[in-house]
Amino acid sequence: MTTLSPSAPSGASASSDLSAVSARSARRRRRLLTRRARRAGLNLLGLLVALITLFPILWMVSTAFKPASEWYSLTPHPLPAHPTLGNFRAVIDGGVIGLPYWNFLKNSLFVTVVSVAVSSLVALLAAIALARFRFRFRAIYLIMLLIVQMLPQQALVIALYIDFRSLNLLDSLVGLILVYTAFALPVTIWMLRNFVAAVPRELEEAAAIDGAGPMRVFWRILLPLVAPGLVATSVFAFVFAYNEFIFALTFLGTDTAKFTLPIYVQYFYGRNGANWGAIMAASTLFTIPVMTFFLLVQRRLQAGLVAGAVKG
Amino acid sequence: MVKTVSGRPGRLDSPAGPSSRAPVGFRRRASIFIRRRRLAPYLLILPSAAVIAGLVLWPTIQIAEFSFQNYGLPQLVGSSPAQWVGFANYSQILHDPEFWLSLRLSVLSAAAMVPLTLIVGTLVGLLLSKLGRKMAAFVSSVSILAWATPAVSASVIFVWLATPDGGVVDWFLTKLPAWLGGGAHWAGFSWTNAALPAYALATALVVWTGFPFIAIAVFAGLRTIPAELFESARMDGAGPWQIFWRVTYPLLRPIFQVLFLLSVIWDFGVFTQVFIIIGELGQRDEYNLGIYEYATAFQLPPAYGLASALAFILTIILLIITVGYVRASVREGALR
Repeated sequence: MTTLSPSAPSGASASSDLSAVSARSARRRRRLLTRRARRAGLNLLGLLVALITLFPILWMVSTAFKPASEWYSLTPHPLPAHPTLGNFRAVIDGGVIGLPYWNFLKNSLFVTVVSVAVSSLVALLAAIALARFRFRFRAIYLIMLLIVQMLPQQALVIALYIDFRSLNLLDSLVGLILVYTAFALPVTIWMLRNFVAAVPRELEEAAAIDGAGPMRVFWRILLPLVAPGLVATSVFAFVFAYNEFIFALTFLGTDTAKFTLPIYVQYFYGRNGANWGAIMAASTLFTIPVMTFFLLVQRRLQAGLVAGAVKG
Repeated sequence: MVKTVSGRPGRLDSPAGPSSRAPVGFRRRASIFIRRRRLAPYLLILPSAAVIAGLVLWPTIQIAEFSFQNYGLPQLVGSSPAQWVGFANYSQILHDPEFWLSLRLSVLSAAAMVPLTLIVGTLVGLLLSKLGRKMAAFVSSVSILAWATPAVSASVIFVWLATPDGGVVDWFLTKLPAWLGGGAHWAGFSWTNAALPAYALATALVVWTGFPFIAIAVFAGLRTIPAELFESARMDGAGPWQIFWRVTYPLLRPIFQVLFLLSVIWDFGVFTQVFIIIGELGQRDEYNLGIYEYATAFQLPPAYGLASALAFILTIILLIITVGYVRASVREGALR
């Protein structure tokens, strides 16, 4: 590249002018090529990262479709040679526990939906207080939320087990709903606070001047504007409740019919030894709903993730 | 919103006089009272505070209380009252080799998991910032899937990948060239029968589920840095390594600090993944601190008092790290 450049300024005739132009365009083309090669390399690297990341999930789904003869082969194949729905049928029809998959999906959805609804509502009230008012215990409350979020669940489960036993809340989905609501609150409040703070105060003040009472301001102005934030934060409460393991494992010890999906899958895996096709089918049926949910709300989520977690 | 109205307290009912007091309903009077006393924020906070106090703070206090008692099965069923035993549970723990073993495993595994997750996450975050818009969206979507995989599913998948008979990991390692450590000796290698391989597997699992969060946070942070800074650094002849440590890292330092502390808290307290990988509570020499505490409480015979002492130690360790996290958050202006 550099060897061409000295010749360009030396010539004054039309022909050397032309050669200078062509040299310049060659240089530009080469630069374009290296940039394109760099781009291709980066894209290749990106694809590699995506493939490695996706591999365990793909392997789960592909095993779920494999007949027993293909689970253990000396050379594993990424795709089933003779795909079968038998594993899914075994899980949906009853599998080990003798109850169909729907029973556990129903338990999980019930616990998740109720706890998300309650925690979102309760968190929104607190978020309004924290974003709109200055009051004496505000900073203390915020710090308390940060700390509470970090308390280890495997420690608290001991005391909660003893308490719930005396309150007759063991083997009960209501007990789980209570715990999931409480543990989802700190993160939900922290994230919602940012969304409430982002609603311009002037809108509320204008409505109040026009004679709207606080309730009307809340329903007509604040709630519609905070709704997207409510969706983003509810994802976290949803995922927490849907995936939660320790409390469900401890509280739902004896009554298999009450199992939520995480302990159903773990129980299935524990009792079903080497039936990997059925285990992966159960795991797939457990995982797919939450992944679909994530992909649907992804964009909003990434903003919320960063706002909620990195800001504190 | 209430604040603007509360600027004129006490005047609301005065013009009408005492005769019109009766029609003013309870709701009206209550709302006037709330405004006058500025009770609104406290009322709004009350439900969440009550739930958290009852279901998180109170159990924490109870743990502290039980840790000084001989709480066991008779106390649980109420056949005999709990007795205070002073520091007996704590001194028993300090002389218990299993406690030290589990603590060591917790510390060592966190020491492997945290830096690996941070390094992989940061590298992917840097890669995302170099990719085109569509490709970056694709890679981050795929990463989100790993992050969204429930811990139970992810653990079962990894156990299946690493199963000694017919697992992909062992097959891959036997095919790997010898200079990379591959070879026939990997055939049938069990990843769950001893602490070291089990925690290597758990580390791979934690890195897999944990790196997307770091990557997306770093990626978002990188977008706040003006491109001119990188350009001028490059003009001055800085390589990628120098650019990262001289430009990127100092500017994203607060983010890295929070991510580091969060990772330490999460990885030190990792439970579900290890619980499933080591096969529930079967192998005592593979317990980490959280699982040792859980097994002490819920394996027969249950020793809730002793387990509470372990739980309290675990909580204190995590709280010490949390103090750093809270300070970093406050410094970043999180309380605003």
